[in-house]
Amino acid sequence: MSTVTFKIWRGDKESGKLVDYTTEASEGMVVLDVVHKIQATQANDMACRWNCKAGKCGSCSAEINGKPSLMCMTRLDMIPIDKPVTIQPMRAFPSIRDLVTDVSWNFRVKKKIKQFKPRPPDAPDGTWRMQQEDVDRVQEFRKCIECFLCQDVCHVLRDHHKHEEFIGPRYLVYTAALEMHPLDTEDRIPELKEAHGIGYCNITKCCTKVCPEHITITDNAIIPLKERVVDDFYDPLGWLWKILRPKG
Amino acid sequence: MATMSYASTLPKQAKFGETTRSDVWWMQPLVVFLGFSAFIVYSTWAALQGTDISTCYYWFGGNGANYLSPFYSPALFGSTPHPGIFGVMPAWWPAFLPFSPAFFIMWIPAGFRFTCYYYRGAYYKAFWLDPVNCAVGEPRKSYLGERYLPLILQNVHRYFMYLAVVFILILGRDAWDGLWFKGADGGEHFGLAVGSLVLIVNVVLLGGYTLGCHSLRHLVGGFLDSFSKNKACASCFNAVTCLNKKHMLWAWMSLIWVGFTDVYIRLCAMGIWHDFRFFTF
Repeated sequence: MSTVTFKIWRGDKESGKLVDYTTEASEGMVVLDVVHKIQATQANDMACRWNCKAGKCGSCSAEINGKPSLMCMTRLDMIPIDKPVTIQPMRAFPSIRDLVTDVSWNFRVKKKIKQFKPRPPDAPDGTWRMQQEDVDRVQEFRKCIECFLCQDVCHVLRDHHKHEEFIGPRYLVYTAALEMHPLDTEDRIPELKEAHGIGYCNITKCCTKVCPEHITITDNAIIPLKERVVDDFYDPLGWLWKILRPKG
Repeated sequence: MATMSYASTLPKQAKFGETTRSDVWWMQPLVVFLGFSAFIVYSTWAALQGTDISTCYYWFGGNGANYLSPFYSPALFGSTPHPGIFGVMPAWWPAFLPFSPAFFIMWIPAGFRFTCYYYRGAYYKAFWLDPVNCAVGEPRKSYLGERYLPLILQNVHRYFMYLAVVFILILGRDAWDGLWFKGADGGEHFGLAVGSLVLIVNVVLLGGYTLGCHSLRHLVGGFLDSFSKNKACASCFNAVTCLNKKHMLWAWMSLIWVGFTDVYIRLCAMGIWHDFRFFTF
């Protein structure tokens, strides 16, 4: 049992400040446990979004000592608790109250992306045939739990507020999952270049670093999509190669 | 919802360096800044040393060896004792400008690294502070990214990659030449010296970096949505992916070693270091 001090951001969309709470913490506790304990004993009105406590629902996203993280997956032995621990809401989204932010912008963005459009069925019963190796690549992207930590850490959204021009790493991963799907026939590359603003990404890899599902966002989703944009818009030799290269 | 109305609902942009991160977040960009700066300063100095045609410290031929600095390979231009394919210097070169054979070489690896996806992310942080590190406030309010000039030109990366792959073949040939030593009988003898190993490690590290390139990964198979339809492309993609997973490590190791290779050859040529020979047949 040890004493920990948490500096938790309390406030609403108008204003707020960091408030100190000191409590006892025991071995094995995660940050969310401490927040719940403070909520139960010292700050009954503190707003905090959570659900599964297992790192699978993506609800308890926050900034722990300045790093976007899931509160339920951050054990106290992973952070220095000899000094006060700072807990703040995500900066890339509007505050609702305390640690809760309004992430609805993400769902509006998702609606803008062209949906999955499969080729005609392979079999008379209306089903398709795919090889495992064809879907291995996009399988990684389907691990996303939509915690939006990648959106939060992305400086294009967080600092430059390009929410109307850039869809953010989460939706570049979503687009990659669709675009690289072996059955999909839709072309999303022109939108990626223009309306979805992939060119705003300057490959800082911050999104990859904070992903709790360890999706290799930058290397496996964003850069391959950037390369597809180069194929279509910036590579004269590539236009010729596109005619000659293997199809699939 | 208009841009301004949504942005106005967000927390104000953090000031430069503002963060609640409690770790030593400035260390990584500082190390990158110092590492890249040291290489840029040294390689520029090494390139400018070639302006003096009376010395040829980029090539070591002592004790029968044949080591050419990667900054000066291939030997397009050069003077005695290591003449270039096209003479000492191009006839059209303006007389008022200093000339070094390295000027015709170094823009290719420099362009390849400058436009490399790893280096871009690293120097945007370390030199341009955009952002200086993840979740740390940055100095500028405006941001264009790689969407507009000049950074839209980063899309030329794959063309530098084509040239860089050719360089790997050339440096491989140099490493091979470094295994042959001129004997007292005037003939070439196979052998191994420290310099030979330096050149071999150089081409292996540069090869690991170049062949793990993101653009190459895309071009050899990443463009496909269905790997089962083209096994050859799938195999190439998987091979490049193996190297690509450690692209940053390859980038740093090859950067340091290519600089060291030049240092080694230069110091041997200047007579400061002695090239130890293990054996000669």
